[in-house]
Amino acid sequence: MKTPFAFALSLLLIASPAWAKPLNVVASFSIVGDIAHEVGGDKITLTTLVGPDGDAHTFEPAPKDAKALHDADLIIINGIHLEKWMEKLAKAAAAKAPYVVASYGITPRQMNENGETVLDPHAWQNLKNGILYVRNIEAGLAKADPEDAATYKTNADKLVARLEKLDAWTRAEIASVPEAKRKVITTHDAFGYFSAAYGVAFLAPAGLSTDAEPNAGSLSRLVDQIKSEKIKALFIENMTDPRLMKTLTKETGATIGGELYSDALSPADGPAPTYPAMFENNVPKLVAAMKLN
Amino acid sequence: MHLYAQFIAPFADYGFMRRALIACLALALGSGPIGTFLVLRRMSLMGDAMSHAILPGAAIGFLVAGLSLWAMSLGGLAVGLAVALLAGLISRVTDLREDASLAGFYLISLAAGVLIVSLRGSNVDLLHVLFGSILSVDNEALLLVAGIASLTLVTLALIYRPLVAECFDPGFLRAVAGRGSLYHVIFLVFVVLNLVAGFQALGTLMAVGLMMLPAAAARFWAIEVWSLAALSVVMAFISGWAGLLISYHYDLPSGPAIILTAGLFYLGSILLGRYGSIRARFWPGAHFHEH
Repeated sequence: MKTPFAFALSLLLIASPAWAKPLNVVASFSIVGDIAHEVGGDKITLTTLVGPDGDAHTFEPAPKDAKALHDADLIIINGIHLEKWMEKLAKAAAAKAPYVVASYGITPRQMNENGETVLDPHAWQNLKNGILYVRNIEAGLAKADPEDAATYKTNADKLVARLEKLDAWTRAEIASVPEAKRKVITTHDAFGYFSAAYGVAFLAPAGLSTDAEPNAGSLSRLVDQIKSEKIKALFIENMTDPRLMKTLTKETGATIGGELYSDALSPADGPAPTYPAMFENNVPKLVAAMKLN
Repeated sequence: MHLYAQFIAPFADYGFMRRALIACLALALGSGPIGTFLVLRRMSLMGDAMSHAILPGAAIGFLVAGLSLWAMSLGGLAVGLAVALLAGLISRVTDLREDASLAGFYLISLAAGVLIVSLRGSNVDLLHVLFGSILSVDNEALLLVAGIASLTLVTLALIYRPLVAECFDPGFLRAVAGRGSLYHVIFLVFVVLNLVAGFQALGTLMAVGLMMLPAAAARFWAIEVWSLAALSVVMAFISGWAGLLISYHYDLPSGPAIILTAGLFYLGSILLGRYGSIRARFWPGAHFHEH
């Protein structure tokens, strides 16, 4: 009984025409999700596991995430050890889909994390890398769904053109700030690639981390740092206690330069709902704050 | 000069340290006496329960207005009072005793609070609500804390006699004046108010620490109610001052450092206190006051 039934079922699956349903694509987090959305358009059904404002480093999967992975035709991840949870989750979900590693071909930078030297996964903070992301995702989609390859190419070309323009604009904007002033203090540790590509120094606040409760010692060192380096541009991750930042600005005369998006996009109604919009949000804020230095 | 650098300079050099210290002073002035009465009325755990009970109110305030001082304080106050009064009411109209009904309400409150914060914010936001941040106390928060402390001291002075009488013989006041429950309610209001004040600085989990630990420690050193209260204030303030210095010199989180210092006072008092401590009980001859 069992075998004929399975056989009939498999016939049914084979018989269903490929074009009838869009490609099921699962993206690990909002930034590769947005690129996949732009490139895939209406040819794909996209599920993004770690949504807007979510932290892709630490992710608590829900049952629906496992289901999405199980049903996926293609899984897009950033790579460079960003999604350490993915392997386990995909295994648990019995996912069979191939992977696209969006950062494929990028030479990773190193970063310091809690005293350890690790590879920096935030490669998308350089728009040139972003263009590579687009091409990798385009290639992955075309391989999984060759019939729509032309559409993917058109979409990808459009996005790449936009990113190239954005890259030139970012350079011009940063160039409008005198070189000596191109530094900010920020708790974001995701701007290593941005720093190298566009020549802005991102100084870590002394002792302050978003992981731990601030203590009086580290806060006093930060006050000293701001005063001695004469930095007015202070960018603090949205996760940090805003009350603490108010205290800090009052004490030092520094200004909080608004919200930067680095690890994740904002929700659709926020200031950085797409990958290009993230730069359009961050760059003017950085420039305005650095001019105060 | 060395002592100055160790104990005074951090406060002279940094505004946030000064404000944190003054917040500790104000908290000590309000919480010390309140904690003393809680201990005397055998309601020590009530303070703990109430501090959790204000969480959903603060969380609703957070949901509506973000980390806003006034929204979170008002929300915490409203829900804290509601829980205190409901628990009292239920213990009167049903067979459940007040401690059990309070435990029930505070667990519901705590879970609801965690749920509500998670609806909007991240776990980090939740930690701010649970642990507060005495380093980020601003002038507005200082005014609130100082205002609550002043109001507490004035009110306690006004109802001091009936409150003390009720502590030692709840039946007496009810028999002669019939107003015992009125004082009880006023007292509850001030327990909640002081927890709301402490919550801004130390968070819901630790606000109660500065209230209970010094008050419990004072029991080993004094007998009269007023001296218990005064001693609680002094120990609470020293805990705040020493805790901030420890946080400053050793890079430790401020809230826990303050509460653990108060905890040291408490443990030290258990061991060495003048009345009823381990030393007083087992080595009464070594009592230094009797030479």
